[in-house]
Amino acid sequence: MTPDRLRAALRGVPDPQWLDAALRRVATEPTAIERFFVTAARRCGRGPLPDPPGWTADEAARALLLATLPNGHAAAAETLYRQGDAAEKRAVLRALPLLPIGAECVPLLHDAIRTNDTRLVAAALGPYARHLEQPAWRQAVLKCVFTGVPLAVVDDLPERADGELARMLAAYAAERHAAGRTMPDDAADLLRRLTIPTPEA
Amino acid sequence: MRIFDPHIHMTSRTTDDYERMAAAGVRALVEPAFWLGQPRTSVDSFVDYFDSLIGWEPFRAGQFGIRHHATVALNPKEANDPRCRPVLDLLPRYLDKDGVVAVGEIGYDAMTPAEDAALAGQLALAVAYDLPALVHTPHRDKARGVRRTLDVVAESDIAPERVLVDHLNEVTVGLVRDTGCWLGFSIYPETKMSPPRMVELLKRYGTERMLVNSAADWGRSDPLLTRATGEAMQLAGFSADDVDRVLWRNPVEFYGQSGRLDLTALEASDPTFAGNSILRGGE
Ligand SMILES: [Zn+2]
Repeated sequence: MTPDRLRAALRGVPDPQWLDAALRRVATEPTAIERFFVTAARRCGRGPLPDPPGWTADEAARALLLATLPNGHAAAAETLYRQGDAAEKRAVLRALPLLPIGAECVPLLHDAIRTNDTRLVAAALGPYARHLEQPAWRQAVLKCVFTGVPLAVVDDLPERADGELARMLAAYAAERHAAGRTMPDDAADLLRRLTIPTPEA
Repeated sequence: MRIFDPHIHMTSRTTDDYERMAAAGVRALVEPAFWLGQPRTSVDSFVDYFDSLIGWEPFRAGQFGIRHHATVALNPKEANDPRCRPVLDLLPRYLDKDGVVAVGEIGYDAMTPAEDAALAGQLALAVAYDLPALVHTPHRDKARGVRRTLDVVAESDIAPERVLVDHLNEVTVGLVRDTGCWLGFSIYPETKMSPPRMVELLKRYGTERMLVNSAADWGRSDPLLTRATGEAMQLAGFSADDVDRVLWRNPVEFYGQSGRLDLTALEASDPTFAGNSILRGGE
């Protein structure tokens, strides 16, 4: 995902002039982002964008506002996340991979993964989760299986899933089966793929 | 029967309540900020509470297809506590949020000077943020409290049609009926108002600007008494359209003045919302 792609996708929102003006202002006056960020959904709508798939208009507009800041991205992301409602928090999480930051915002992922709001858990497992330590990442994947979040939201899952995750999934599958319940299909598929014996090199 | 509960404290209710409410026809609600039954000792408690009103509760409600909105304010009781009053400086941040559709609950508890200041100040905030106001009326010395509330509203810059005066009863309804304010009635198992008494009030005063809520909280209360009132109305001869007006269209109209009610997802997912107004109330 790139800011340009989001900007193109947002040309069709109800009030594109508002967004253009907000982006210009934020580029020169970073503190203005707080008010724009809050009101973005009322101006740009909340519906899904045709492209890029999986983004809503409010998320894209908020991510673009953050990406347009001239500097201080990590601090702004932190403030907007802490002060945000659930939709604003989600937009910050989705914006993180677009921002010129290192691992500074990993605490936000930890916060989101601790919640029971599946929208936040899902948003925390996008591309920025590459900065998440492997044990926390495995726990988050397992939490998705527990709470019904489709594993398709987990970025880089096939490459990153490891033997320890397979062990955790197998233990969970055993618990489910003991209770007469099945595993969600996507988790069962993942477990199967992880436990196919690899041919000796 | 589609129901919009315009005043219910879901924070104090279980997830089972959401499930029962959805089954009874509740599709949207407003959760006003109030006190928790035990005094808060710092502003940080309000921050966590308000955050849950715009984060966790809407998510919990959404799992049952219920749209959750909130009102935010310093409540009258805690307006008297110097440890809590600084929350007034934090309110602007919350009054801008998408899910916040009014300033509230404001009003009187013991009618102190501190409550006077908090009420007038927060009515001014409602004007500044272009929001309606939900005004709680006191349980003790209610008639005097309602009169004083109406005086403060009249002295403020808020338009009466943007004010909902809540927890009214047979004695206080007449004080508010001709002011232009909206009238709220909290249907409780024991105190406040019962479904049969509510039906009598609707017969006498009509359905215009009349709102019925459960005000369910941590006390003895019942989130399904909105539904029970709709059923009592039907038994008394009110039409399905009358019931729909009181239990759905009136709260939508009042809180809709915020410009922030978002019921589009509900309307898209429920074909009974698209029909004509007569069909809307039927099931
Ligand atoms: Zn209340």
